Amino acid sequence: MIEVKGLVKTYGAKRAVDGVSFKVNRGDILGFLGPNGAGKSTTMKMITGFLRPTAGTALVDGHDVTQDPVAVKRRIGYLPESAPAYGEMTVQEFLGFIAEARGFRSAAERTAQVDRAISLTHLDPVRRQSIETLSKGYKQRVGFAQALLHNPPVLVLDEPTDGLDPNQKNEVRSLIKSMAAEKAVILSTHILEEVEAICTRVIIISQGRVVVDETPAQLQARQPGARLDVIFRSLTQSDV
Amino acid sequence: MRSIVPLFKREFLGYFRSPVGYVFLAVFLVASVILAFFVGGFFRGGTASLESLFNFYPWLFLFLIPAAGMRLWSEEKRSGTIELLFTLPVTTLDAVLGKYLAAWAFLSLAVVLSFPMAVTVAYLGDPDWGVLLASYFGSILMAGSYLGVCSLASALTKNQVVSFVIGTLACLLLLFLGLSVFNTLLSALFPTWLVDLLANFSFSTHFEAFTKGIIDPKDVIFFLSLSGFCLFLNVVALER
Repeated sequence: MIEVKGLVKTYGAKRAVDGVSFKVNRGDILGFLGPNGAGKSTTMKMITGFLRPTAGTALVDGHDVTQDPVAVKRRIGYLPESAPAYGEMTVQEFLGFIAEARGFRSAAERTAQVDRAISLTHLDPVRRQSIETLSKGYKQRVGFAQALLHNPPVLVLDEPTDGLDPNQKNEVRSLIKSMAAEKAVILSTHILEEVEAICTRVIIISQGRVVVDETPAQLQARQPGARLDVIFRSLTQSDV
Repeated sequence: MRSIVPLFKREFLGYFRSPVGYVFLAVFLVASVILAFFVGGFFRGGTASLESLFNFYPWLFLFLIPAAGMRLWSEEKRSGTIELLFTLPVTTLDAVLGKYLAAWAFLSLAVVLSFPMAVTVAYLGDPDWGVLLASYFGSILMAGSYLGVCSLASALTKNQVVSFVIGTLACLLLLFLGLSVFNTLLSALFPTWLVDLLANFSFSTHFEAFTKGIIDPKDVIFFLSLSGFCLFLNVVALER
């Protein structure tokens, strides 16, 4: 579903992402781990076609993001970090705009998609409220609804549970899990227990390079009995 | 190209979702009428024309259009919604055109809302409607060029104040190039042919004919090509 081939992004002399390659298949939930500044978000931004890679490319459903970015963008639902949205719009207006821009031209189609996304993310109580007045948890869910709206085969979620309370975190996780069967999901996170809870694969990225690409069980097997954060620290120590 | 429509709608309606649009329209109309009445001598002139109104437009635009254009891209960059916009299946050109055309339509609305002045003139005397229509047409074209410059300025920075200052300075330069005071100064430094050439790039030189009722294709082409060139640079600046 997603094939990342030797992605490189340089900012001046700094190599933020330094030759990242991996594959994600349908049904996979890939957990993207790494210290802040390791290049997680930059990699995601290149896969979604927001940033142009310095070298390398990513294929989504067979479409090359450097050749045909619009085709790739059509197939991806993307939740950017801290879920930006047009604050002066109401939830309903905002999702309606996303639906229209995603190609749902008739009003009936649009309403159907918006209603589906709103019910999936439980946004019904605030649908007529402007986004800037919402709490962090609701804003995050609006970002999530926006990413799910067109029922994309690929989901790229940058810290989807950031800023949510434990109940909301749980809810988002079960939502991701329930959809995972027919989708390829990449999510970045700082929470190691999240990886154990929902991910089928883990990639740890450190200083722009992939240092681990295995299942959570294999990661645990590196140091049996140790907590995941201990293993994480020993793998990414070069960053500190 | 079809994806311009939702972007246009969101941007245009966005002016009315916050006080920004109403404040802008009010300030524009009040300022233009005050200038025409108290500085331009609307009644003293004793002619049934709106020349005293239109003559101030290049100066009014100088401050008000950068104010309307500064948010176009700076705001998207600051709030992070640019990431949302450019991961929708739209090309950079679609996004630039959608936003530009929406802002232009908004400015055209501001210009057209001065029609009670035209009605007043028609009530008091017998104006030349050809001249009036040409003046409106010229004002809207000129507003488009001012906006092109300001949209480009906005794409260069995520700070709205910086964007406003760059936009105003660039427009100021383009306005001053045609003023005889400024040209006398220039001719002391540069050969005449160069000064004449520079004067050809001025808003005021090209706008003047419209207020006299002359629609010269070369003036129309000047404004349209200046806007087009700015929008091209705008796309380049965003794809960088």
